[in-house]
Amino acid sequence: MSDRIKSEKENWEKKVASQDERNTFFNTVSGVPIEKLYTPDDIEKINYLEDLGFPGQYPFTRGVYDTMYRGRLWTMRMFSGFGSAEDTNKRYKYLMDHGQTGLSVAFDFPTLYGKDSDDPMSEGEVGKCGVAISSLHDMERLFDGIPLDKVSTSMTINGPAAILWAFYIAAAEKQGIHSKVLQGTIQNDILKEYIAQKSWLVPPEPSMRITVDTMAFGSEKVPKWNTISISGYHIREAGSTALQELAFTLADGFAYVEAGIQAGLDVDCFAPRFSFFFNSHLDFFEEIAKYRAARRIWAREMKNRYGARDPRSWRMRFHTQTAGCTLTAQQPENNIVRVAWQALAAVLGGTQSLHTNSMDETLALPSEKACLIALRTQQLIAHESGVTNTIDPLAGSYFIESLTDQLEEKAYDYFEKIKKLGGMIKAIEKGFPQREIAESAFRYQKAVDDKKRIVVGVNEHILHKEKLEIPILKINPEVEREQRRRLSELRKKRNARKVQTTLDDLRDACKSTENLMIPILEATRAYATLGEIAGVLKEIFGEYREPPIYW
Amino acid sequence: MAKKLRILLAKPGLDGHDRGIKVVARALRDAGMEVIYTGLHQTPEMIVEAAIQEDVDGIGLSILSGAHRTLFSKVLELMKERGIEDKLLFGGGIIPQEDVEALMKMGVGMLFGPGTPTQEIVKYVQKTFGVRETQ
Repeated sequence: MSDRIKSEKENWEKKVASQDERNTFFNTVSGVPIEKLYTPDDIEKINYLEDLGFPGQYPFTRGVYDTMYRGRLWTMRMFSGFGSAEDTNKRYKYLMDHGQTGLSVAFDFPTLYGKDSDDPMSEGEVGKCGVAISSLHDMERLFDGIPLDKVSTSMTINGPAAILWAFYIAAAEKQGIHSKVLQGTIQNDILKEYIAQKSWLVPPEPSMRITVDTMAFGSEKVPKWNTISISGYHIREAGSTALQELAFTLADGFAYVEAGIQAGLDVDCFAPRFSFFFNSHLDFFEEIAKYRAARRIWAREMKNRYGARDPRSWRMRFHTQTAGCTLTAQQPENNIVRVAWQALAAVLGGTQSLHTNSMDETLALPSEKACLIALRTQQLIAHESGVTNTIDPLAGSYFIESLTDQLEEKAYDYFEKIKKLGGMIKAIEKGFPQREIAESAFRYQKAVDDKKRIVVGVNEHILHKEKLEIPILKINPEVEREQRRRLSELRKKRNARKVQTTLDDLRDACKSTENLMIPILEATRAYATLGEIAGVLKEIFGEYREPPIYW
Repeated sequence: MAKKLRILLAKPGLDGHDRGIKVVARALRDAGMEVIYTGLHQTPEMIVEAAIQEDVDGIGLSILSGAHRTLFSKVLELMKERGIEDKLLFGGGIIPQEDVEALMKMGVGMLFGPGTPTQEIVKYVQKTFGVRETQ
């Protein structure tokens, strides 16, 4: 920095030092201290070519594609699913009619846990938090009239990801579509389930084997499919800071890479199909810095630590969803505004696809109206704001670059801690990330309770006698009964012997080192149910029980 | 010294959202109560059984899965069956107002939605049992 700027900066600092400020400390949501002002001083260390580079080039800080949104906008992908396959199918068609460009399936809790709709534990939960899918038959109806060679579909499914993916592949076969052309993503990130979202099936070790099987199967048979979406979203929703989201997600990513390499796969054969999924929370600049730091760390580690040679393995592509946990039940219309700037942060951070939350999500699943406003929010950013006209427009900002560097540096501190605990799987077994997240969640709530953090409508600017003026989606209670009826019909109609043989084959495969996707797909084609297939996996591999975490 | 209030906090059903319940557990404990947290995936039977075994004063359920009507009714029913309907049953989660009213009519205590200050929950529990606020 020139001496002239330096001395002028000192003068300015002296001048303002005695002036009162609103707070004693200014921090990001993650607790990174924020200075009054950022100057060329703060980015002096940056080497443009090494640290930022050009879009589509290593280390991808400025974006993963050459032309970014000038070439093609992000995929507008609204996560949705409720009630029966028919209900959700209707919502998908509605969203596509209104300009949505990709599908994203939300499954109900029984499905997420690999349980059929008629399992006793499913009572009261069928179709409530997402759509109920218990067999290939349900999957066929979910995508009825939607050509699976024309859309890309993301499925938020983890414990039983291999099974639901098999349902999808088989549903495409029924439409006469070969798996080679299918495009989409299965979340398939079991590590963050143990950490945060808690919908698991079997213990970590066999889970990792199934994950590696899907990676290997995908690279051969479904080459356009993202076989994993390593997710920070749920970690953040569970209460982590941006920094913890960044560090734990990347650490999970490294664990999958290591598992693939250990299983004898070539890193460049599976890593290009890795994708990521991040949260976009309230702190606008911190979020943008987080995405940029994530891309840079991933590229460097993939190249240097794991020896990937294919640039596609270095490139971190990610989906973003605005932060559900920041929405308020009070004055829910305000949520439209929160979502808008969170979405803007994701776009300025270079996301590949985006889900915008609906204003009513603290009250129920989104109504059609709320969902449409959320989709419109993305379209407004894309077509009216002008932010898509140039690539990575915030690069070079003294503040953004300095924050990007700081998040990167602090993420490495976490990597070091995780390494000392014996790697991410061991750290999870010891409850390390879980405790860190619970602690952050408590601190966040305390700051709100103490009014150190203002939440408009909740602890400040409260409307007494608030009247709710937005529609609320109701799930038809008939859905559960109808699902049960359909399932029992299916069990009667299908070829029972074929179901039995394919399940036996799967059982044998579990005991060998065979790729499990093949027998799972066979059982699927015979209309074995989700619960039956998952039942075999649990029978052989055991069920996961959460270790008690004291907080 | 008065006996400490004992509260069982539980996650019924398949819902894995446990951020809120952990925060509430800690707030109740910090306010001097004894808190027993069941962990995830409890059936109504397991919850009522635990309430009896632990001899608690109240049960708090956290449900963000939409299954609140089924699960609260079941727990309430079992509490009656096992003769502990005098204990407080309260909770929180994503529960539409209409359902809140219906559940409260059935005899469920307060149901707290998102954005509730933890102190409000602490005060509610203390007030229910006539405990003077500890500040």
